[in-house]
Formats: sequence, structure tokens, C-alpha cells
Amino acid sequence: MAETHSLQDMRQQATISSKVFIQRDYTRGTMCQFQTKLPAELEARIDKQQFEETVRTLNNLYAEAEKLGSQSFIEGCLACLTAYTVFLCMETHYEKVLKKIAKFIEEQNDKIYAPRGLLLTDPIKRGLRVIEVTIYEDPSLTR
Amino acid sequence: MKNDYQQIDPKTLHMTASSHSPAQREARDEEEEERQPEKQRRKARRKWQVFPGRNRFFCDGRVIVARKSGVLPLTLGLILVTSGLFFVFDCPFLVQHLTMCVPVIGGVLFVFVLITLLQTTLSDPGILPRATPDEAADIEKQIDESGNGSHQSPPRTREVVINGQLVKLKYCPTCKMFRPPRTSHCRVCDNCVERFDHHCPWVGNCVGKRNYRFFYSFIVSLSFHTAFIFGCVTTHLALRAQGGKGLVFAIQESPGSAVELVVCFFSVWSIVGLSGFHTYLVASNRTTNEDIKGSWSGKSGGEPVTNPYSHRNACKNCCSILCGPMPPSLIDRRGFLPEDECVQTGAGDIELPALTTKNEINVCTQGTKDLLESAARSPLLASSCPQGKPQSVQTYSDNRLTVHPPPAQELSNMCPAPPQSSAPCQNKTHTSPPQQTKTQSSKRKKHAALHTLNSDIEAPAAPTSVDVDRHHHHHHHRHHHRSKMRAPRHTTTASNF
Repeated sequence: MAETHSLQDMRQQATISSKVFIQRDYTRGTMCQFQTKLPAELEARIDKQQFEETVRTLNNLYAEAEKLGSQSFIEGCLACLTAYTVFLCMETHYEKVLKKIAKFIEEQNDKIYAPRGLLLTDPIKRGLRVIEVTIYEDPSLTR
Repeated sequence: MKNDYQQIDPKTLHMTASSHSPAQREARDEEEEERQPEKQRRKARRKWQVFPGRNRFFCDGRVIVARKSGVLPLTLGLILVTSGLFFVFDCPFLVQHLTMCVPVIGGVLFVFVLITLLQTTLSDPGILPRATPDEAADIEKQIDESGNGSHQSPPRTREVVINGQLVKLKYCPTCKMFRPPRTSHCRVCDNCVERFDHHCPWVGNCVGKRNYRFFYSFIVSLSFHTAFIFGCVTTHLALRAQGGKGLVFAIQESPGSAVELVVCFFSVWSIVGLSGFHTYLVASNRTTNEDIKGSWSGKSGGEPVTNPYSHRNACKNCCSILCGPMPPSLIDRRGFLPEDECVQTGAGDIELPALTTKNEINVCTQGTKDLLESAARSPLLASSCPQGKPQSVQTYSDNRLTVHPPPAQELSNMCPAPPQSSAPCQNKTHTSPPQQTKTQSSKRKKHAALHTLNSDIEAPAAPTSVDVDRHHHHHHHRHHHRSKMRAPRHTTTASNF
């Protein structure tokens, strides 16, 4: 894809100006949620609404992954009965949602963040601790 | 020249000490940024090979074990031997005199116990990967900025309100990040583990978010299994002793049964007690760690402290812990190391644990001996040795003089006078007992004593800071712990199983 190609080019050619880390939001407990507040360093680069929308969607996706719904309950009970051996064969609900999240982030990067010289890193690559936003020096490189 | 690098691997250009093993040089080079663009042609290395915690990996990173296996061989041995004796001595008799169901039920329970035990031991308990150098620098900056202004909370803590309850998040100097709530740093494994329950020597692994359900299933099924064997053996001996023959005669006929009887008798009490304790923990959504520290009982500032994670409904708590979605492993053991970045596992450290040669790729036992040998030769480590503090040598820059915690800790044991009594939390030895605050009940202490023999658990997010009293309680509980070991059968018997 031309877009991802330009993304790769950007990563290799552009210099990294700085990195901003969006920390976790623990006010709702140990659920994986990130703070939606736009950090000061990004104010110049991206619209506040846009950013908050991205983070909020991510939060919703993680909430969906960790939801105690009937599907996860059935999965859990089945696993318990089989001494949890099903985890070796089956892809868990959480992993399925993680794949969705990875796609979402890639799409957001392509459409919104790369043109502005920013790059979101999938939080799973950082142990779900932070959303790492890499700020590149010269956004006009990608144009 | 490029081909040479490909085959031989070590890049001798950048090495200061010439006496290192090839694999160590390989590991060092992995950490150096963009020196060799030809890296892409080298055989890609997996992340487990440079993992900084004290873990061992098998099957090319699929299986993870704590390096110290504790008394796992004893646990396995007891289970296998007792069950073996059961099938050999008791089953034939009982099949004849009672029913065919006996070995079937016994077999099912035995398989269940073994599988859950292996899953508890061999799975990632919920290890949090360490912060990348950039993250660590960012956090340090934030701490420095806030340290000047804020007078309320001590430096390196963050306060957060969870469901109306104030919880303090502590900074982990080893992993260089603020620990999420309920996360604790295990001294034995040198990892931060999410929803840290305890480090179980019987199982040879930490019990945390990802493997708590395996652990719980293990102890519950083991309770049933020991109770079942105990019942069967008693029945067996009773049947044999019928007709006035006497118990001695019965035992002489079936000596294995006597062994089983003794083992099961002592085990049943402790295992069933432990299962009961953990059932209580599951129903109230607490961890052993929190229970020991009394995090959610008592008062803080005049207000009763409540558990903010509990769903206030025992059933819901059980469901969420045992049947909830299985969180993924965050440490990405089998991922390949990125070619163009620093390895994400440490702050520019030299990853000495990755001493594997190509021959050992499948069985990466990060041998302590190798570590010590290479560490001893290294001039860099020699400089860190007198300090004896793993973290004090780490810097955030790409400074090659940083030392990784495990070898430093190993060294600090070797060094003549390691200052292990110094203040920071991480530097306590792993032989010291864990409890740091007053415990409420002796029963809980007993169970805790069983499971926290080797570790020194950090307080994750207690509402009250325990830093001040830590040293005092450390000594206090060491005495207490020792006296518990001599305590009645109940405690000591558990050490048999």
C-alpha cells in the first residue's frame, strides 16, 4: 500500500523530535484505559477532538476485550472444565480484540497521524502501559 | 567481512574486554544502536533471549518458568508418588471389592491436578515488561517536575482515586515505571507482576493475574484428590482389617497404603485450608498480598477503607477472576528483536542473561554459572560490585557501563560486604520473609508463610505508606516467621506437600 510505504519511509528517513507518552487512567480500576487529555506537546500538531476520539475508541475497544459478558463467561467455564487446555488451541476473545485494535491503530496512523508527522505505537508493544506517540521533525516529508 | 559477521556473530570491533564469550558479545551488540546495518542479515533473535527478569525459557520462548524452581520437584514428586502408590496398591483391591469408578475418578482428578499444576508453573503470571528508555526518561522528568511543587505525596508515588478509594501507586526502580494498582515486584523473579498474589515456592512461579485461575484450580483439585485418596486408602485398610485381622496386618499386606495415608493425612489439612483461604480471597476479590498487608481492612484518616476492585457480589467476583477473559501475555517472548531500535527490555543495559550460544537456542537455561563467569571477567561489573545495588548502576542513556540487575545481584551475593540493608525496597535478599505490616489473623499468616518463603513482596498500592516501618517490620516478622516454622504440624506438614 502506498500509504504504509510512505509511513515506513517516514519512519526511516524522518528524525524523531520527541516522544510523548499517554499514561494509563486508573480511575476505573485496573481496566486498561488511557487518559484522554491531549498532552501539551501535541497541541500544535493535532486537533484535540480528533485525539480524544482516537483514545476514547481505544478505551472502548479495551473495555470490550475485558468485558465480563456471557461470551467470556462461557469461554471461561469451558476452559475450566477442560483444565484450561483450550487456551492452547483456541484464540481467546481478548486476543481477537487486540487484533482489531492493531488494525484500528494502523488505520488511524495512515489517515490522521502520519500526515501530521506523528506515529502512534500500539500499546500492546509497550506492555499496555502507555500509548507512545512519536513526533517526527518535519511533517512535510510525507507530503 | 559482512559474511564473517553473519556466521561468527560477534563484532569484535566494539568490544573492550576480549575474553567474553561469543554469545555475550552478541548480546552486547544487540543493544548497540545502528552500528551494523547488516544486522538484518543476521539470524534474528527473539525477545525472550534478552529478557531481563529471572526467568528461564523453553521451547523457543513458548514456555516460561521462574529461574528458582523452589520446591516444585518436591510437589511433583509427592503428587506422582502418592498417586502412583494409589493406583498400584489400592485400586486393584477397591475395584474388586467396591466399584470400577474408583480408579476412574482418581485418574481424572490426577490428570486435572497435573495439568493445572503445569499450567501454573509454566505460564506467564502477568509479568509487566520493563519501561523502555524513552518512557523511563519521561517519567523521571515528570517526577522531577512534580517533586519540586508537591508537598503532599512523597516523591515517586502517585495518588489515584479508584471507585472512591484513594490508592497510592509506587515507582518501581527496577522496572522504571509507576506500578499499576495491584501490581507488585517479585524479588525472586525480579519482575513486576500484575495483580500479584504471591510467589509460590511449591509451584516454582509467581501467582498473578494470568495464572491465578490455574493456581486456584490446582489447589482445589488437589484438595479433592488428596481427600479422595485419603478416603479410599482408609476404606481399603478398613476392609482389609475386617474380620479381626487388625490394622497392622492390613498395612503389612499393603505397605504403600501406609505411606499414602501419612502423606494425605498431613496434606489434606493444609491444602483444604489453603483452598478455603483462596476461596475467601476470590469471593472478596483480594490478593494474598493485599490480605497480608491489610490493605483493605482498617481505617485510613478516619474513614473505613474498602476494596475498590470488588464487585460487591461474591458470585460476580468469582466469575470475574476465574471465568473472566484471559489476558494476553505482555512480554511477547517470541517476538523478534527490532533491528533498528534499542531492545525494549532494559534501559540500555547490557543483557548479560542472554548468554545462549546457537546450540542452546531451544533450551535457554540462563545459567547462573555462566553469568558469574562472564560477570567476573567484565571490568564493568567489577566497578558496580562494591555498590551492590542493582539499580544504582543503571542510567538512562545508552551508556554501555550499565549493569543488569540479575548479574549484579548475583555478584552482590558474592561480594564481601554487599550493602543489602540499605533503604531502597529492591535490595533485600530473597531469603527474607515478606510480611511488612502487621497481620490480622494467625491463620492467614500460616498460609502466607507457606507461600512466601522465598520472596520479599513489595507493597503495591496500600492506602497507607509502609516505607517508614518497613525495616522494623522486616526484623519483627523474620522472628515471627521462624517461630511459625516450628509451629504445630499444620504449618510444617504443608511443607511436605
